[in-house]
Amino acid sequence: MNQQASVGNAMMPDTVVSSGVGGMYGEKAGGPVDFSYVGIDAILEQMRRKAMKQGFELNIMVVGQSGLGKSTLMNTLFKSKVSRKSVLATAQEKIPKTVEIKSISHDIEEKGVRMKLTVIDTPGFGDQINNENCWQPIMKFINDQYEAYLQEEININRKKRIPDSRVHCCIYFIPPTGHCLRPLDVEFMRRLSKVVNIVPVIAKADTLTLEERDFFKKKIREELQANGIDVYPQKEFDEDAEDRMINEKIREMIPFAVVGSDQEYQVNGRRLLGRKTKWGTIEVENIAHCEFAYLRDLLIRTHMQNIKDITSSIHYEMYRVRRLNENNTAVAHTNGLPEHHLTAHEM
Amino acid sequence: MENSSSNNRFRSAVFNHDDEDQDKEYVGFATLPNQVHRKSVKKGFDFTLMVAGESGLGKSTLVNSLFLTDLYKDRKLLNAEERITQTVEITKHTVDIEEKGVKLKLTIVDTPGFGDAVNNTECWKSVADYIDQQFEQYFRDESGLNRKNIQDNRVHCCLYFISPFGHGQMDGENAPSVDEIESLHNRWLTKRSSKRLQSHLRPLDVEFMKALHEKVNIVPVLAKADTLTPSEVKKKKMKIREEIEQYGIKIYQFPDCDSDEDEEFKQQDLELKESIPFAVIGSNTVVEAKGKRVRGRLYPWGIVEVENSAHCDFVKLRNMLVRTHMQDLKDVTRETHYENYRAQCIQSMTRMVVKERNRNKLTRESGTDFPIPLVTGGTDSETEKLIREKDDELRRMQEMLQRIQNQMHTKRDAY
Repeated sequence: MNQQASVGNAMMPDTVVSSGVGGMYGEKAGGPVDFSYVGIDAILEQMRRKAMKQGFELNIMVVGQSGLGKSTLMNTLFKSKVSRKSVLATAQEKIPKTVEIKSISHDIEEKGVRMKLTVIDTPGFGDQINNENCWQPIMKFINDQYEAYLQEEININRKKRIPDSRVHCCIYFIPPTGHCLRPLDVEFMRRLSKVVNIVPVIAKADTLTLEERDFFKKKIREELQANGIDVYPQKEFDEDAEDRMINEKIREMIPFAVVGSDQEYQVNGRRLLGRKTKWGTIEVENIAHCEFAYLRDLLIRTHMQNIKDITSSIHYEMYRVRRLNENNTAVAHTNGLPEHHLTAHEM
Repeated sequence: MENSSSNNRFRSAVFNHDDEDQDKEYVGFATLPNQVHRKSVKKGFDFTLMVAGESGLGKSTLVNSLFLTDLYKDRKLLNAEERITQTVEITKHTVDIEEKGVKLKLTIVDTPGFGDAVNNTECWKSVADYIDQQFEQYFRDESGLNRKNIQDNRVHCCLYFISPFGHGQMDGENAPSVDEIESLHNRWLTKRSSKRLQSHLRPLDVEFMKALHEKVNIVPVLAKADTLTPSEVKKKKMKIREEIEQYGIKIYQFPDCDSDEDEEFKQQDLELKESIPFAVIGSNTVVEAKGKRVRGRLYPWGIVEVENSAHCDFVKLRNMLVRTHMQDLKDVTRETHYENYRAQCIQSMTRMVVKERNRNKLTRESGTDFPIPLVTGGTDSETEKLIREKDDELRRMQEMLQRIQNQMHTKRDAY
C-alpha cells in the first residue's frame, strides 16, 4: 500500500500520512524526526554573525553652550573618555570665535560587539554675543555628511559597505533656567529637527527641584509643540501600535533632565558615579535623582538601531530627493538659477 | 499579551539592569544585534531560488522537499509532441513560510523547457535575460526617488541539476581509480582520446554555467543520486569538480572560515566544500522503515532515506541553503553580481550617450531620446555628472593618444 502511494504520488505530498508533511507551519509530527521544520529561523543567527563581524557605527553630535556638561555627559554615557576634551590634552578653554565642528572617533567593544563611535562636538555654539546663524555651520556639516554618502552611493564602483558618517543623533543641551526655552533653542531646534534626529536634554539638572523640573519640562514640551518642532521619537515615524505605545511613554518624559559625572563615590557600600556636595551625593544612574538612565537606555539599549534607521531611511532620503530634484531644475534651465533660489532649498 | 510585555519594555530596560550596572564597564550597546534582530523579524526576509536543468531530473520534487511545500500541485506535464515546439519559459512561484516567528517570502523561479528541445542552442538566453531584468528593475528602483519599499526580486541562487547518467563507464575493472584520474588530469588537457575519461558535464551544462556564472550564484547539484553507488558518486563528484575548474566555471564559493571559529565548524565547512556537487534525492512521501517513519523512496531492494547523510547530500544542501549560507548567498548577489551589472550598465549607458552626443549636438531637453532605463528627472543628474566625467576622461585619453601618435610620427620621420 505504501509502495503504491509512493510511486503514484511522487510529485504531491503524501495523503496517507497527512500529519507529517502537511505541517509546514510548525506542527510537530510524532517521533524524533521533525518532518515539518525547515530551519529558516537560522537566518537570524546568520545575520547576527555577520553583524558581529562587521561591527556597528554610531555618530552622535552634541550641541549646546559651553559649560553645560556636554563632554562629561558623553563620557558618562559610554563609560570611557570619549569626548574631545578628554582626548585633546591641549584643548583650550577659550571660546572659539565661530562655531567649530570637531569629530573624535573611538572603537569600543562590549561583549563581542564592536562599535565605531564618533562624537561630534560643536564648541562655540551659542557663546557669541550675536548668535545669529550659529546653526549654519552645523547644518552644513550635517548636509555635507549626507552629500558624501550620496556621492559614494552613485559611484560606479561602489564600496561594499559605504562608510556611514551621517549624524544619527543630535543631543541638544538646554540650560536649566527653569522657565522656558530661549529663542536660540527654538530657532536651532526648529531648523535642525528637519534634517536630523534631535534629542533635547536639560543639562545640569541638579539645580532643579523635582517640581521645578516637572514644570520646566511641561513648558518645554508645550513650546516645542507650539513651534511645530518634532524631536525624536517623532510621532509620524511610529511604525505600528507597539512602537507607538513605547514611544508615547518616551514623549511624555522628554526632555530628559540629566546630570553627568565621571567620578565615582562610595554610597551605601557601592561605588557609583555621582556628584558629591555638602548636602548629599547625586547618583547619576539613580532614576530617583535624575533621568540619565532613561537617556542612556533610549539612546543605547533600546532605540539605537531605530535612530540609525530613521536617519538613513527618512532624513537621508529627503536630502537625496531634494538634491536630485535640485540638480534637475538647475540642469533644465539653460541659465543657472539665481543664488538665493538655491540656498533657499538648503534651509 | 504581546502588548503588555512591550508596554513594560522601556521601563523594565531601566529597572532590571542593576546587576549589569554593578559591572562598571557595561554600557549596554551589546544589545545592538538584538535591536537589529527585532526589526528584521518584524519585516521578514525574502529569498529567490532558481532551479534549472533538463526535465525529469527531480527539480520540482527537490524544491518541495527542501521547503516542505507543494508548489507544483496543479502542474500538467507535457508529452513529447507538445514539448517539441515549447520554448524555455520562466515561471515564478511564491510562498510565504513562517517558522518560530520568522517570516520568509520564498520565490522559486523555474525554467520548464530548458534543454528539452531537439535544438537547444542558446536556450539559456531567456534565463540570462530574466536575471538581467531583475537586476535592471532593482537598479531602477534604487535610483528612483521613492525608495521606501523596494522589492528585491534578484535571483540569489541557482541550483543547476546535472544528470547522473553521464558518459563514461564507471564500474568494473575498466573504471579508472581515483589516483589514475588525478595523474591523468594534465594529459587530458592535451588529448582527450581515452574513452574511459569522458566528460561528465555535457556541452549544454558547460555553456549554461558559463553564461550565468557571472550573473548568479550557481550551486551545481547531482540529481537523482539514487541511481549511483557511493563509489560512483565519489568519483563523479571529483570529475565534475575538475571539469568545472577546467572550463573556468565560477560556481558559488563558500566563504572561508575565520581563524577563530571552533574546530567543529571548520570541519563542517571543509566537508561542505568537498561535497560539491551535492548528490541529492528528493521525496515528499513518508515511508515506514524499520519501525520508524522517514521521508524517502521505497524500492523493492530497500528504502532510500532522504534525510540520511549516508544516503545522499540532501541534508547538507538544505542546511547550506537555508540554515547557514542564505545570508551569504544574498550578500554575494548584492555585492558582486549586482554591482557588476550596475557598473556595466552605467558604462554602457555613458558610451551610448557619448556616441549619440558625437553624432548630433543634443540639447538637454531631448534627454528622453536616450535609451536610459532610469527614472526621468531624478537620475539624469547623476548620469549627466558621470557623462561629464567620462567625457573629460575620453578627451584626456584622446589627447594622450594624439601626443603619442605625434611622437611616433616624428620618430618615423627622423629615420
